[in-house]
This record gives sequence, C-alpha cells and structure tokens, in this order.
Amino acid sequence: MGVFDIYLLETLINGVLLGGVLALLSLGLNLVFGVIDVVWICYAELIMLGMYAMYFLASVYRVPLPVAVPACIAAVAVLGLLLHVVVIAPLLGAAPINQLLATGGVLFFLQSAATIMFGIEFKNLGLRLPVLKAAGMFISYSRLLAFAAALVGMIAVYLFLNRTYTGTAIRAIAQDRQMMTLMGVDSRRIYVITSALGGGLAGLASCLLVLQYDVHPFVGLSFGPITFLICVLGGLGNFGGGFVAAFVFAEIISLGGLYLDLEWGYVFAFAFFIAMMFVRPQGLLARRS
Amino acid sequence: MLELTAVRAGYGTFQALFDVSLDVRAGEAVGVIGPNGAGKTTLMRVISGLIRPTAGALTMEGVDLLATPPHRIVELGIAHVPESRRLFPRMTVEDNLRMGGFMLAARPKFRQRLDVVYELFPRLRERRRQLAGSMSGGEQQMCAIGRALMSEPKLLLLDEPSAGLAPIVVDQLFELLRRIRAGGVTVLIVEQNVQQVLRVVERAYVLKAGSIRAAGSAAELSDSATIREAYLGV
Repeated sequence: MGVFDIYLLETLINGVLLGGVLALLSLGLNLVFGVIDVVWICYAELIMLGMYAMYFLASVYRVPLPVAVPACIAAVAVLGLLLHVVVIAPLLGAAPINQLLATGGVLFFLQSAATIMFGIEFKNLGLRLPVLKAAGMFISYSRLLAFAAALVGMIAVYLFLNRTYTGTAIRAIAQDRQMMTLMGVDSRRIYVITSALGGGLAGLASCLLVLQYDVHPFVGLSFGPITFLICVLGGLGNFGGGFVAAFVFAEIISLGGLYLDLEWGYVFAFAFFIAMMFVRPQGLLARRS
Repeated sequence: MLELTAVRAGYGTFQALFDVSLDVRAGEAVGVIGPNGAGKTTLMRVISGLIRPTAGALTMEGVDLLATPPHRIVELGIAHVPESRRLFPRMTVEDNLRMGGFMLAARPKFRQRLDVVYELFPRLRERRRQLAGSMSGGEQQMCAIGRALMSEPKLLLLDEPSAGLAPIVVDQLFELLRRIRAGGVTVLIVEQNVQQVLRVVERAYVLKAGSIRAAGSAAELSDSATIREAYLGV
C-alpha cells in the first residue's frame, strides 16, 4: 500500500458505511419537516421502539428475519401515522413552539413507557455477523448490510417521490402549500401518508441499528441529536442537503476516531456543526432565496 | 354555468367583497375589471375554494360550491390560474403539469392532455425537463395556464395573467386565450389591462371597493365613462 495508509482507507470506508445509515435516519425526519413543517423531536424514540420490536420478534419470539423486518417497518410506520393523527394534526394551526413541546413531551413519554415495560438493561439480537477481511482491512458485515439496506430504502423513497402522483404531491406541497387545494390535493391526506412514510423510514433504520447496537430505553439519545444536526446542516427540509451532510458528519466522526478516540470524532463533528452555523446558517446546499 | 349570489368575503375583520352577484354562461368569456385592491383576486379565490365566503351562494352547473370540500372543486370543472402564477418552482415543467392532472379522473388522460397543452404551448414541450422557476415570466405564465388545462376544465379562472409580462408577450398571451376559448373552454378573467381584456371577452363586470359598480357587453364598457372613472379610480 505504501503511501496509502491502510488504516486511513478502512476508516474512510467505515465513514461511508456510517454515512449511509445516517442519511437514511435524516431522510425520515427531513421528509416530515419538509412536508408538514413540524420537527419530530421524538423521532429517535420511534427508532428505539422499532429496535425493541426487532428484539422481541427476532430474539424472543424467534420470528424469521424476512418476516420480522417488514413487520417492524410496518409497526413503526403505524406509530408515525398515530403520532401525526393524535398529536400533530390537532396542533397544526398552533404556534410552532407548541408542536415542538408536544413532540418533546412524546419523547419523554416514550422513554418512560419503555423503561416501565422493558426495564433498563441493554438487550441485543445476539447475532454475530462475520467480519470481512479484504486487502488487509476489516469491515464488518453488519455495517455493509446496514449500508446496502439504507441505500435500497433511500432509492425506493426517491422513486416513490419522483414516479408517483402521491410522491409528486409530497414534493410539491413543500414548495407551495396553498396551491395544493387548486390541484385537487387533500393536504391532510398527504400529511398522513408522509407521516407513515417517515415512520417507515424510522422502522427500517431501527432494523439496521439493532444489528450493530444494543437497545435500551435511552438509545434514542445516541441517534436523535446527530440526526437533527444533520438535517439542520443540510438545510431543514432539503433532502439532497441532508444526504450530503450525513456523509460529511460520518467522515468527521470516523476520521476523528482514527486519530484520537471515538468520542473525539463526535466532538469534532459537533464543533464543525457549530462553526458551519456561523458560516452557512441556511445549510450546506442552501438555495438562494 | 357559474352563478354567484350576494357573496360576501374577507380576511379576518377586513371585508373585501360586499354582496357580489355575477354569472358566467357556458361558452362565454367574461371579464372582471377594476383598480388595484378592488377585491378581484378575492373573488377568484372564493370561486376556487381558497377562501370561504361569509355569506351568499355559489353554484357551478347547479352544484353548491359551499357544500363541496375546497380540494374537490377542481373536479367540478373549475381550474384556477392564480395571481403571480404560483408554479412549483423547484419542480420540472412536466411535474408541474402532472400536478395539474392530479385528480383521479384526469390521470388516465395524462398523455392526451399533455399533447393538448404542448400543442398550445410548444415552448413548454422544449422545456419540459427544466425547472419551472428557471423560466422567463411569459413561459411561467404558459406553464401555469397549461397546468390548469391539464384537468380538462369547463371553466378557466385567470387572475391577472398579463401582470409583469413584456407588452409583446402580453399580445401573444391574449392570442393564446382566443385559441383556448375556441377549444370550448369558458373563461372568467380578472385584469387590470382593461383595453386588452375587453377585446377578448364578451361581457365584463366592473368591480370597485368590493362591489359590482357596472356590468355590460365589452363594447358598451369600452365607450362608457363609468369604467374610465372606476378604472382610473378618481
């Protein structure tokens, strides 16, 4: 390898693999914000519940993975739908701060409910996927699998948004809310579909994360803030920006972890975020307005 | 076809329309003229369901518009080209047209309607993959009208289509309106460009400060002193 440091390459590849999962995480949150103009503060807690669903289905009830994964995605999609119908829809006309507080309340509600129901011990699937050795590098299969599945999920969403009437309406509503009525679109229906889609993405994310991480009632804290920061860095509601920002963040975390400790990777990532907020407060791929 | 009886409407405590009554018969082109702030845009928004009136009655071919959910009014055959076009700027021309044909009844006819619109506006065919917001004002106006025609409307509502366009583009626009009318579409048009619009419509209403001050054939209004007074706002 000579000049090219093998550890650096391994780190860069791991950064890309992490970036794919972070991009998937941020897409769900971004989609909901872009369309409904509401930030789901409790988004990562939906993922936490999805991880528990996977744990119970796969580890406790021994449901085969090809059944457990779609069931988990569907279950979290229903949660997203319920979150919209029960909490968000009645507050749509209210001040944005009320919506933030309400979804923030749901965050604590879900954390506490999970603590009561599932206890605080860490749980995992007990799966040990092999590690791939190639050209002197070690890449774990679970990361490769998570990256591939995240990519497939994002491509599916892209095709849905670009090839169907409902998907076109979802993109359009983010650009001009009022005109939807004139197009014959029932905005309330689009909101419900988008919420289910956002929940479904959280469900897919939880299936991928449970391969790599233990689940416990506060696991959302590990993904929630970073997902939110990625969305802000990319420009809230800007899907392309969120995608790019996810990979930028992932590489910073990965490289910081290579040269110092993993925790330093996060320190650099958040420092970078704060610096960028001064330089480009509208986000990386901000549109001129 | 369209009938408004004693319609009142406004925003909050501000009342913009006072007992407006008007009718549009099938096949006609009718104009609403008047100075800025007369309530012309409010009138259009009330018809297409963007604003609900506080009093009065509206029917389209006998169907009560107030009993129809706003997003289903387009299914009755009313398509609204709003003031300042309101395209989806970061979507392609063709995606904008697709949104115009969103309602279930229009979807099987998408290709067919697309051909009708592209024949009327060949420029849109050339630019179908371009982002709508990147086009010139005239092209955007064509796209906005094309979007409305995608639903195969019986009645086309046009709100200030000539606003912000160069004079030569305005001439082209009014020529195109004649062709759209020849295709059997009924038109209700709101304009400040009085002389131009009176050459396209058969009848017109003069709206001032939220109420109808005069009505008559285009020829009558062209010669009338009332309309000059209303239009110049003295």
